[in-house]
Parts: sequence; C-alpha cells; structure tokens
Amino acid sequence: MKQSVVLKTNERSLVLKALSRLKFKRLKFELVPSLKKLLIPVSSILVFLGIWYLGAESLRQREIDFRVEKAFSDQGQAAADALTLCFAANDPSCQTNTLPSPAQVWSSLITLIDDYFIIKQDKLDFKAKTEAINETRIAQGNDPIVYTGRASFVDQIIRSLKTVFAGFLLALIVAVPLGIFIGLSPALKNAFNWFIQVFKPVSPVVWYLLVFMIVKTMLIDSTEDNSFTISFISVGLCSMWATLVNTAMGVSSVDKDFINVAKVLKLGTFQKIFKVILPSALPFIFTGLKITMSVGWMVLIAIELLAQSPGLGTFVWEEFQNGANDSNSKIIVAMFVIGVIGFLLDRFMLSIQNAVSFEKTDAI
Amino acid sequence: MTVETIQKETKKDTQSPSQIMLDIRNLKKVYPTPKGDYVVLEDLNLQIMKEEFVTIIGHSGCGKTTMLSMIAGLNEITKGDIAVLGQPIKGPGPDRGVIFQAPSLMPWMSALQNVMLGVNQVFPHATKAQRLDIAKYYLQKVGLEDAFHKKAKELSQGMQQRVGIARAFAIKPKVLLLDEPFGMLDSLTRGELQDTLIEIWNKEKITAVMITHDVDEAIFLADRVVMMTSGPKAKIGDILAVDFKRPRTRKAILASNDYYKYRKHLIDFLEH
Repeated sequence: MKQSVVLKTNERSLVLKALSRLKFKRLKFELVPSLKKLLIPVSSILVFLGIWYLGAESLRQREIDFRVEKAFSDQGQAAADALTLCFAANDPSCQTNTLPSPAQVWSSLITLIDDYFIIKQDKLDFKAKTEAINETRIAQGNDPIVYTGRASFVDQIIRSLKTVFAGFLLALIVAVPLGIFIGLSPALKNAFNWFIQVFKPVSPVVWYLLVFMIVKTMLIDSTEDNSFTISFISVGLCSMWATLVNTAMGVSSVDKDFINVAKVLKLGTFQKIFKVILPSALPFIFTGLKITMSVGWMVLIAIELLAQSPGLGTFVWEEFQNGANDSNSKIIVAMFVIGVIGFLLDRFMLSIQNAVSFEKTDAI
Repeated sequence: MTVETIQKETKKDTQSPSQIMLDIRNLKKVYPTPKGDYVVLEDLNLQIMKEEFVTIIGHSGCGKTTMLSMIAGLNEITKGDIAVLGQPIKGPGPDRGVIFQAPSLMPWMSALQNVMLGVNQVFPHATKAQRLDIAKYYLQKVGLEDAFHKKAKELSQGMQQRVGIARAFAIKPKVLLLDEPFGMLDSLTRGELQDTLIEIWNKEKITAVMITHDVDEAIFLADRVVMMTSGPKAKIGDILAVDFKRPRTRKAILASNDYYKYRKHLIDFLEH
C-alpha cells in the first residue's frame, strides 16, 4: 500500500530512496539468519573437536604415566627418564596406543589419500608392463595376469558400496513384492506374522553365519572366492525387514475412500494394485527402503569383517589387528568415512523418495 | 417426464413400474455389536423415478450414509432388496456413480487422470481420443478447463470436489449417489458447487440420490425431499414433493412463498 502511494506522488527521488531502503533492509534480514544458521553447526563442530582433543590428550597422558611408572618400578629411574624424554620427543618408537587426536586422524586421512594415488600409479605401471604379455597369454588361451597388490582405501570404499547396493537390491526384490502380497491378503499376513516377528530382531552376525552355511554348501564345487556373495546376501537379509513391514503396512492401510472409488469403478485387480494401492503406499515403501539402506550400511561393516570380504569392514579389522602406529587413527578415519557415506546414502534415498512420491517428506 | 407428474406423489402403487429407476424394498441393516445386534435401518421402502433428484435429510447417525452405501453396493444388505431398473444389485458397479463426502481423488494423479480412471473403465472400446474428449468435456462442465493437468493435491477442496462431480458424471451412471458432497466446504463454495451440480444435472438428467444436512440445499436441488426418522430402526418418516419448475434459480426460489412452506415443513420434522 505504502509503495503505491509513493508512486502516485510521482516523485522519483522519493521512490528510489524508498526502494534502496527496502533493499538494504532485506539484505540485512537475509544475512542475519544465514550467518546464524552457519554459526551454530560450525561452533558445535569446534566444541566436538575440542572435547575430542582434550579427551585424547588425557588418555594419552594416562598411558604415558602408567608406562613411565612401570619402567620406574621394573628398571629404575634412568629408564623412566629415558621413556619420558622419548614420549616428549614424539619418537616413532614411543607411541601411545589409545584414542588418536584430531590432528593424528587428519594426517592419517592425508596418508590414505596419498596411498590411493601411489597404488593407482602402481596399477597403471603394472598394466603397462603386463599389457604385451597378457595379449600373448590371451592369444594362447591362458588367463591374463592381474594386479594382486593391496587395495587402496578408495578401492575398499567402492567395494563396500557395491556390496551394500547388491544387498539393498536383494532386499528390494524380495521385500517389496512380498510386502505387497502380505499387505493385500489378511491370510498371508497371519501366515507371515510370526516369521517377521521372530526373524526381524536376529543379529547380523547370526544372519551371516546362516548365509555362510547355506551358500558355502551351495557353491561347494566352486573354487572362486564367494565372500562377496555371502556378504551381500547377509546384508540384504538383515536389512530387508524394514521394507517388508513398511510395504505391508502401507498396502494394508490405503485410504478407505480410494478403495471405495476402485470398487465403484470396478477396477480389475491389476489396475487396483498399480493405479491405486501402490502409488498410495509409495511413501511407506520408500520410508522402508530408506531404513533398509541405512541398516544395510550399518551391518555391512560387521559382515564384511566376518566374511573377510574386502571392504571397509575388513579395512577396520586389519588395521586393528596390525597395530601400526597410525592404525588407531586410520580406524577413526574409516569411522568418519562410514558415517559420511551413510549420511549421503540417506540423502540419496530421500531425494529419490521426494521425486517419486506424492507426499513430500522433510529430512529427519 | 416433468416435475409436475411426480409432485406430491408419495404412494408407490400409483407409480408406473417402468418409470422406477431405483427400487428399495423392506431394507434392513443390522450391525452386530458385543451387546447384541444394532438395527440401523428397518422396513425402509423408497421408490425413485427416472430422472428424479431426491435429497435425503435426517439427523446425524440416523443411517443415511448406511443406506446410501448399501445402494452403492459398498455395504452389505442384511435383509430386503435394492434394484436398479428391476435388476437386483450385486456389489458395487459403475452403473451407480458415487460422489463421496471427501473428494477421494488420487492425489498423485492429475484432474484429468482421475476422471480418465473411470472413463477408461466404463468405455473400454472407445478410442483413447474419444475417452479423453469425454473426460475433458465433463471437466469443462464443472469449470476446470484450466486445471486438466494439475495434480489433485494441488487443487483446493472445492475444486477437488468439482473433479469428483466430473468423475461421477463422466462414467454415465444410471443412478448418481451423493453422500453429503458439499459438507466439508464453506458456504460460498458450497453455493457455487450446488449451481454447478444442478447445471450439469439439468443436461444429463441422471437419477440422483443425495444426502444432505442442509435444509436449503435439500429444497433447492430436489424433486422430492425424503426425511428419515432417527435411528435405531430408522425408516422414511415423511416425503416432501418440491414443486418448483426447472431450471431453477436460487433467486426465484427464495422469492417464492412455497419455499418457506417447504422449509417450515422440513424444520418441523427435524425438530420433532
């Protein structure tokens, strides 16, 4: 209203002044909340790093004190002094084996990234070296020589992602159709209810063992490494329950009005399922799939570790076993990588969900 | 058939059987409860003529909706018969179109897709273009020519119910059943939708049974207003023939003395 009055007076300068004031005000308004929005997470990250640093320092001090004390009681003052000096100089031979500090974890991350490039170069060199030989070997009908050096951290992440996606796909293929059938038929629901209730809470480790028993026997005459098969099936079985339950619930709780519309229009079974029930259950199904994805990623680490399937789980376990100076910080790096990838997977699922379903869901 | 021939017609035996579209005889509905059977409707008889618009009025919970959903075939008949053109009904079917209280559109479909859902089902042998024409025609009739491709969830409640009307008329039912279709709307939108409904009905003349709580709506739309007694064991209490010529305008009806007579009649019934 005010603006139109100003325009009527037809005084240009006044209008311009009003406009510039308006712009300035708006700019101020936009800047303050965005700064605030950024300030809170940034400060919470700083607080987190601070607590981490202090905690790591006190744990390190505790270990040093204990070891110096022990040296003193076992070997006397001279040994204790030498050990104290050694720790103070941060000598590689005197390292603590406790929670690493943020700085140590950061440097391990850099090491792992450098390592990736070194291995990548290695592979390229290897390929260049063996290319000619491999060609003749293939021509002769022999298997080509393949790179068998250690896998880089990035390779392991990719392998883990492959495993989790394979497991997720398995869960999708099994749980969604089964959930639809269960949701549509009360008889099937009764038949499957005990099954779901009993098997849903079973631990990933036990699922792995079960899958191991079955797959090992089924592939008894195969000489190939079946750790990938075992781990992705286990991941699928552990994580499919959320999708199964959600799909069944979504299908059985379709709005009564929609069902009545389908009845009045005498839609056939096929049309009723694909035009009415499934679209209406889609938000539920996607919530289930989202949970399946995050559960799958969570149990993957434990299952890879057990199955000795290369991947982040094996990486963590091997670092723990080998006990090098930077092993602990590499484990923490893996922890962050697992967390960040889990978060990204969740966002990925959320964006698919929002793209295909009619109800928009906010991130939780 | 004109309004005059059926006015003040309450005795069924004088009606020619060939003119009866919907025949309800000795209808009974019982809901079993832990405390014993609850009889919602008993001995309910109602004959509705071809091209007749009947509104049903009664207190909440008297069994109006139960009766309507039994006619639609969505609710089982405990006892008695419901026949359309002499044929007893067997479950729900597109010969009895329903406009529900909530618009009940599939929110993930566009307005056009929602109408097409029914049209595809009822005219399977028509070409795709013909079916689209039918759906578009009815959407235009309810004033939604600009909203064909809008998703149902993006439409206002009133516009959604317009799609509901288009969907019901587009399947060309023999009987149209309306379960308080405007009950959730504000009074302005309600008036607009009543006009839209009656305009499209004047063209199509589909036998209609409509439940309403609104006395004015009941008179404005109906050839006969059926008053139901309060439950349990609800039945038809009284029938009022509304003797206004069609097409009707709200203004002309409000100016008529008969309107206030009818209104008093209905309110007297409801208050007893």
